[in-house]
Amino acid sequence: MIALGKLHEFGHGVFGAFWPSVFIVVSTLIKIACIVAPLMLSVAYLTLLERKTIGGMQARLGPNRVGPFGLAQPLADGLKLLFKEIVIPSGADKAVFLAAPIFSIAPALAAWAVIPFDEGIVLADVNAALLYLMAVTSIGVYGVILAGWSSNSRYAFLGGMRSAAQLISYEIAMGLALIVVLMVSNSLSLGEIVKSQARGVFAQAGFSVFSWNWLSLFPVFVVYMVSIVAETNRAPFDMAEGESEIIGFHLEYSGLAFALFYMAEYASMILCATLAAILFLGGWLSPFSCFPNGFHWLFAKVFVILVFFFWIRATFPRYRYDQVMRLGWKVFIPVVLVWMAVVAAWMMSPLSVWK
Amino acid sequence: MASMSDIFKSFMLRELFGGMAVTGRALFAPKATVRYPEEKTPRSPRFRGLHALRRNPDGTERCVGCKLCEATCPAMAITIEIAPDENGKRRTTRYDIDMRKCIFCGFCAEACPVDAIVETRFYEYCVERPGDLVWTKDILLENGALREEEIVRDRECDGECA
Ligand code: SF4
Ligand code: SF4
Repeated sequence: MIALGKLHEFGHGVFGAFWPSVFIVVSTLIKIACIVAPLMLSVAYLTLLERKTIGGMQARLGPNRVGPFGLAQPLADGLKLLFKEIVIPSGADKAVFLAAPIFSIAPALAAWAVIPFDEGIVLADVNAALLYLMAVTSIGVYGVILAGWSSNSRYAFLGGMRSAAQLISYEIAMGLALIVVLMVSNSLSLGEIVKSQARGVFAQAGFSVFSWNWLSLFPVFVVYMVSIVAETNRAPFDMAEGESEIIGFHLEYSGLAFALFYMAEYASMILCATLAAILFLGGWLSPFSCFPNGFHWLFAKVFVILVFFFWIRATFPRYRYDQVMRLGWKVFIPVVLVWMAVVAAWMMSPLSVWK
Repeated sequence: MASMSDIFKSFMLRELFGGMAVTGRALFAPKATVRYPEEKTPRSPRFRGLHALRRNPDGTERCVGCKLCEATCPAMAITIEIAPDENGKRRTTRYDIDMRKCIFCGFCAEACPVDAIVETRFYEYCVERPGDLVWTKDILLENGALREEEIVRDRECDGECA
């Protein structure tokens, strides 16, 4: 605190009347760095974790050559991509071609502004955080469509179209699932949503794990989990990549521009997993009241969800495109809509568990 | 009613979890990977690797220059030239095997009446220029000298031992 006072004194001396605004900008930038730097590191090591997990499930060892247990593998991959040439196809719209990866990764990073890591630990405590999230994450689809369009390649264009249609379809199911959650939590703020999950009969009995939204909103939880797999373009919904049979929107990208798409995919995976943990699995709440709450619970939940993603990828074959669409439009959206009505009626009835 | 329970079952993702149980078990099962330079897969005594020319215990070459190996080689990888040596015996003056052509079929070893040319278990050789893959008589003789013990042992047990 004393150090902070000294800092303010010093700042006033240097910047005069501008100091308060300078202080806000600088301290926010530092906080952003504190979120983004670990995030980028997790993205890098998530790729290693994925390759190790999937390798294990396929009776392989996964990368183990670079460094002990292959721990330096992400660095080696990054370095390799860094030194590769970014080929811009002739006839491509250069500005858009280079902006598309940024469109892809920026939303996945910007969304972290409103994610609460623990009670009160959040960069921007917006009271409409859920709305902000839905708005920001849906920008990601522009990256896909612009990448496909600006490449001046019909395969990339078709891939972009396909992915964009998929993303938009699943965003609807996801958005509806979020609406159900905000109905029962009576708030758009993520912090409030977590706190509302600490209430209920089970929570009072010490088993807050059964008071979290996943149980009372189970169908919505299932829909949401599958939707985020589709939303992040992961197997079995990886229409965007489909290396072996169809080619996706980033067909023409190479080097660091390609790496950005990959980082965007993994960053949004972490983001969606965190959201699932916050919305349905009680965020930083501990599952049993004999353990203290804390951010480690959030990390543990996110880790489990991510491993679950890899597990799914190692197990299931890729969906056909029409099956993806059928699942989104004919199954998920009706299910959430029905469940929304059911929950609304439930909330109004005397049996409501969300009072 | 049956369709209701079907819907319920598919929504509980039962089959999917069954599939995931399989991959989940595989995660903890022993892995099939062989970490090559540190670990190696076992090789049979009949393994057909790099060729070797053998010598008699008294140091003379076994090869009698009959050219049967050259004739039988389906890839035409062997080139032999012969001339009588100082004792008037038939000897090879040139014995090249072009490893770019060789398909490691082992016919040469099978055809040889005196077991002069054999294939050894050794397979970890590499060169920087493709032309270096033409192994000459000197190299083949040296390989034979180097691995004579193993060659004898492998031929004695003939696939019965590991
Ligand atoms: S192993 Fe077969 S291909 Fe190779 S040299 Fe002998 S006979 Fe020719
Ligand atoms: S290696 Fe055997 S088959 Fe070939 S020339 Fe010599 S003796 Fe004849």
